[in-house]
Amino acid sequence: MTTDATVAEICIAACADTYHESGEVLAHAVGIIPALGARLAKLTTAPDLVLSDGEAFFLSGPPTPDAEDTESMSVEGWAPFRRIFDIVATGRRQSMMGASQIDRFGNQNISLIGDWARPTRQLIGVRGVPGNTANHRVDYWVARHSARIFVEAVDMVSGVGNDRARTAGLTHHQLGVIVTNLAVFDYADDGTVKVRSIHPGVEPQGVIDATGFAIEVDGAPLTRLPSTEELHLIRVVLDPLDERRREIGT
Amino acid sequence: MTDKQLSIEEALASIESGMTVGIGGWGSRRKPMALVREMLRRDDLTDLTVVALGGPDVGLLAAAGRIRRLIYGFVSLDSIPLDPNFTQARERGDLEVEEYDEGMFVTGLRAAGARLDFLPIRAGMGSDVMPANPHLKTVRSPYSDEEYVAMPAFDIDVALVHVNRADEQGNAQYLGPDPYFDDLFAMAAKRTIVSAEKVVPTSDLLTEGSFHTLLFSRMYASAVVEAPNGAHFTSCAPDYGRDETFQKHYAASAKDPDSWAEFETTFLQTDEAGYHAAVAQFHASRGEL
Repeated sequence: MTTDATVAEICIAACADTYHESGEVLAHAVGIIPALGARLAKLTTAPDLVLSDGEAFFLSGPPTPDAEDTESMSVEGWAPFRRIFDIVATGRRQSMMGASQIDRFGNQNISLIGDWARPTRQLIGVRGVPGNTANHRVDYWVARHSARIFVEAVDMVSGVGNDRARTAGLTHHQLGVIVTNLAVFDYADDGTVKVRSIHPGVEPQGVIDATGFAIEVDGAPLTRLPSTEELHLIRVVLDPLDERRREIGT
Repeated sequence: MTDKQLSIEEALASIESGMTVGIGGWGSRRKPMALVREMLRRDDLTDLTVVALGGPDVGLLAAAGRIRRLIYGFVSLDSIPLDPNFTQARERGDLEVEEYDEGMFVTGLRAAGARLDFLPIRAGMGSDVMPANPHLKTVRSPYSDEEYVAMPAFDIDVALVHVNRADEQGNAQYLGPDPYFDDLFAMAAKRTIVSAEKVVPTSDLLTEGSFHTLLFSRMYASAVVEAPNGAHFTSCAPDYGRDETFQKHYAASAKDPDSWAEFETTFLQTDEAGYHAAVAQFHASRGEL
């Protein structure tokens, strides 16, 4: 099959696929590609999704710059930060966020690199990730897949991985997938990261080389391509200015 | 009724070295920057414990070496993800830190306001927030096998918040889209200093916003300061947005010792009126009105 879909567009469709069974929950999507994925899902397979403007308001539809053929968005709810924490606790939320490091059990770090007492590089802090992973489904997005991000052990567990969740008895813990610029991963029954699909045009050996822990690629299917309708929605309705291109590694 | 309005110097006079200071706002949004700048002018004020969902408030105090211990969920400038003053202070090992999940942080405020030792929360379980904060304990549910973090109450001596409007008694009003956690800070702290864009008569409190915008009562306010542009350079919707140009200048200056020295001389070694004059000059020199 030939396609002119870009890696960014394939990733957006993969992000949208995370909402197939989500129902009426708040989509929390950090980054351009994850946000476009949530908006694409809203317009296709997951119309009940709740979208936020990234600030204090819920929107009835995705922001659609210059679009004529979609419902114009209106405010449908108010959710200042305090309500977000209340929503997290109810579990009616699903997150897709970035990772500075991630290990083979899906433990994720955005807090710091190096030692806790005196980090080599202080990053933003754990933010809300421990609570997200304790309360609802969390997926990860990695724009530049490398062995510096996919590591044997992360320096500060912010997002809780499958091994730790089991030990801590986190009954609402659910890791979904990891979408990267090379592939889509999910988790095996033992909680370890496994390849779900490899993007068209990506060499399987490249995925092995860019992953800092052992990973099996044999027999991995190709990541699905966005449909004609999805490509139209991405290019014409949701992202006519091609913001998506800025986020993805080459 | 008590008129609590004070000058900025008078309001902060009671803050002493070694105290625990809670700072309202969120990231680079509605931060009580005029009050923070006054703290920087108080050369004697050191050894502080700062409790904040941090932005440039934390960056400025850390750069000036005023913070002994920092209790936070994150420190960010929002449109610029990291505050270089904070990251450098951490990387130098200058700060004792307690880093919490944001939900845990809010729970620590709520516990303090409710005069409880702790409140249970699921967030944090299984994460490295637990070993990083070895004082944290868990609690087993008396009703099931569930185990939760027993998030301890923050013990805050004084809270600083900046709101859009307040009356002289300290009834505080926000007019923007998000109250952040300023009311929780006010209820958690032993004392709260409220700065406001404008101090208005009580009878005018509902002229600009509905009753929903009355954030907290004078019961939780000990001092009121009128501080126009008092959140600058953070946002204070709807009165003004974030001064992104100036924030970029702040962040760029913080990355280089010589530039930072110049930033301090120009903007911080002056009174509040001098600060705003220097900011106006900064914009004028770049051809901005």
